[in-house]
Amino acid sequence: MDQILFNLGLLVDYPVVNLKIIIDGVMIGALFALAAYGLALVWGVMNVKNLAQGDFVIAGGYVSWALVRTGWLQSIGLSDNIAALIGVPVAFLVMAGIGWIAFRTIIVRVIERDVFTSLLATFGLAIMMAQILNLLFGSDTQSLKLEYDTLYFADGLIDVPIAKLVGVCMAAALALGVILFMKNSRMGQAIRATAQDARAAQVLGIDTDRVYAFTFSLNAAICGAAGAIIVMVWVIQPFYGMTYSIRAFVIVTAAGLGNLPGVIAAGLGIGAAEQYGSHIFGISYQQAIAVLLLLLVLFVRLMQQRRKRQVLQ
Amino acid sequence: MSRNAILHIVLLAATIAAPLLFPAYNAFLATLWLFIIVALTWDMTGGQMGYNSLGNIFFYGTGMYVGAVIAIGMYFPVGEWTDAARSELFLMSPGQYYTGLAVGSLGAGIFCALAALIIGALTFGLRGPYFAIGTLGVAIAGGEIVSNIEWLGGGQGISMPNPPGDFDSFKVLIYYLFAGLGVVLFIFLRWFYQTRFAAAINAIRDDEEKAEAMGIHTLRYKLVTWAIAAFFVGIAGSISAFQLIHFEPLETAYQTINLGIFMVVCVLLGGKGTLWGPVIGAVIFHVFKEVTWNYFLGGQWIALGALIVVIVVFFQGGLMGFFRRRFPEWFGVRVETKGATETAS
Repeated sequence: MDQILFNLGLLVDYPVVNLKIIIDGVMIGALFALAAYGLALVWGVMNVKNLAQGDFVIAGGYVSWALVRTGWLQSIGLSDNIAALIGVPVAFLVMAGIGWIAFRTIIVRVIERDVFTSLLATFGLAIMMAQILNLLFGSDTQSLKLEYDTLYFADGLIDVPIAKLVGVCMAAALALGVILFMKNSRMGQAIRATAQDARAAQVLGIDTDRVYAFTFSLNAAICGAAGAIIVMVWVIQPFYGMTYSIRAFVIVTAAGLGNLPGVIAAGLGIGAAEQYGSHIFGISYQQAIAVLLLLLVLFVRLMQQRRKRQVLQ
Repeated sequence: MSRNAILHIVLLAATIAAPLLFPAYNAFLATLWLFIIVALTWDMTGGQMGYNSLGNIFFYGTGMYVGAVIAIGMYFPVGEWTDAARSELFLMSPGQYYTGLAVGSLGAGIFCALAALIIGALTFGLRGPYFAIGTLGVAIAGGEIVSNIEWLGGGQGISMPNPPGDFDSFKVLIYYLFAGLGVVLFIFLRWFYQTRFAAAINAIRDDEEKAEAMGIHTLRYKLVTWAIAAFFVGIAGSISAFQLIHFEPLETAYQTINLGIFMVVCVLLGGKGTLWGPVIGAVIFHVFKEVTWNYFLGGQWIALGALIVVIVVFFQGGLMGFFRRRFPEWFGVRVETKGATETAS
């Protein structure tokens, strides 16, 4: 309790610390928003609530990590930093493939079923993926420590590693690319049409089955790229996936489907809220805070939609 | 005496005789009963009421902690007991131990039932996937919060007192506790599913809006059902705490991805919304789990994840659903081959 009061006092005494926390939170929040956008996409298009979302993120991180650690790219004269940047598109492509396999084997069979089925099936998929990663890479936390400098502001109270900035820029570029793709390309339009009304889209000659497959692998690819960015700066571990899935659910539930600005705002906000929470309560509460935010968002929405119900006496 | 009654008596006799006939498998059989208990209680809300909770494990973990805290707290200061670097050794006399076991388990059940009323009041407004995710969130949050409370041993968990007497007879005792709880639960549910109350919760499952329109106070029915389920899970959790001797919050107490998901899979495997389905599913799943645990070391979790996916995707009617389709006469459904369209039941 004293520790919590001390941490709170720190925020009041040194307002600049708030700025640091917000910057940190917004940076990690950008990546939460990416994963959440993928979830919203799949949820909106085929009504599948993917609990393996976070495991796609972590798997993408491990793809990039393995690529850098094997040293193939370094052997042709690239530095670690460049190799890590190349890891992002590689993770994007590899996870697109894995997403396509997951769709063809599992997801395609649960689209038409009730929502609990998709939830449980993807939960099983999440357990499988986490365990396969655990067997392949071990259960230690991993990170690529890149050789970028760190920028210091406000007498060193705010430190911004350039690696984080690079990561945020890549996340922004990825988001922009996906948005442009969804707006302008033929496939993007087909995806949006299917999300609005799958039957009507079918009548108009859209192969909805292909759209579903494409959407799911696009989602996995976005998650994979987000994971590859996360491993550049933050840490990953085979069992962190569930927390990322829950964050994605928090964001989508708070923002609603098909509300892109909402997803981004909620993502950044949740990043900042988590940073505040772990500053005040200590780092060991970080997972608990992510989950409590989920409950909070669910209850707030529940209260908003509350109807007056009465029983006849 | 009907064939059905003979079957029940044979099963009951097997239950009583099992630990004496196969003493080497006592722990396995006790865990089997735990699976049956959690599967049956999950089916009360998931199968009969249509509320698919992923967070029933919360009551298991809470039951463990409440049972432990009551049993220890009756005789010793809990904070000093759980302090990992405690200097003095606390010893419990057999009388204290068994009183603690009884009072702790009962207290855990009551506490969990009350917790279910409170959590249910907050979450039962959520529908479908939101309820599942919300309850999953409750379970994960429970584990994370408990693992941060030093008074409860933090991430280290709690070491229970050593059981008095020799260890083999203690295992037999634990088996009988689980088996007794399971049999009581089964008999209770057998009666419960024939009451008007159960008809009301089935109506909630089939169409909640209509049930409400018929004048059923849906929230009250949902809360009471969940509280009964939580009561039994809480007791089972408390017995587990004594059985395991040492437990920690994330992997044993609030084991969201182990028991928390297994109970759902057991029910789906056996057949949702039936009395025998969860029992059969729990037996088959537990045997499968033990076999994979022994022969696929390292890969067992992948096999289990795959099993979950396969059951959920391809086999959701469960075994009871399969039997019902294949042998409808077993369920008292008369099938007429001639003119089936008119007399379809």
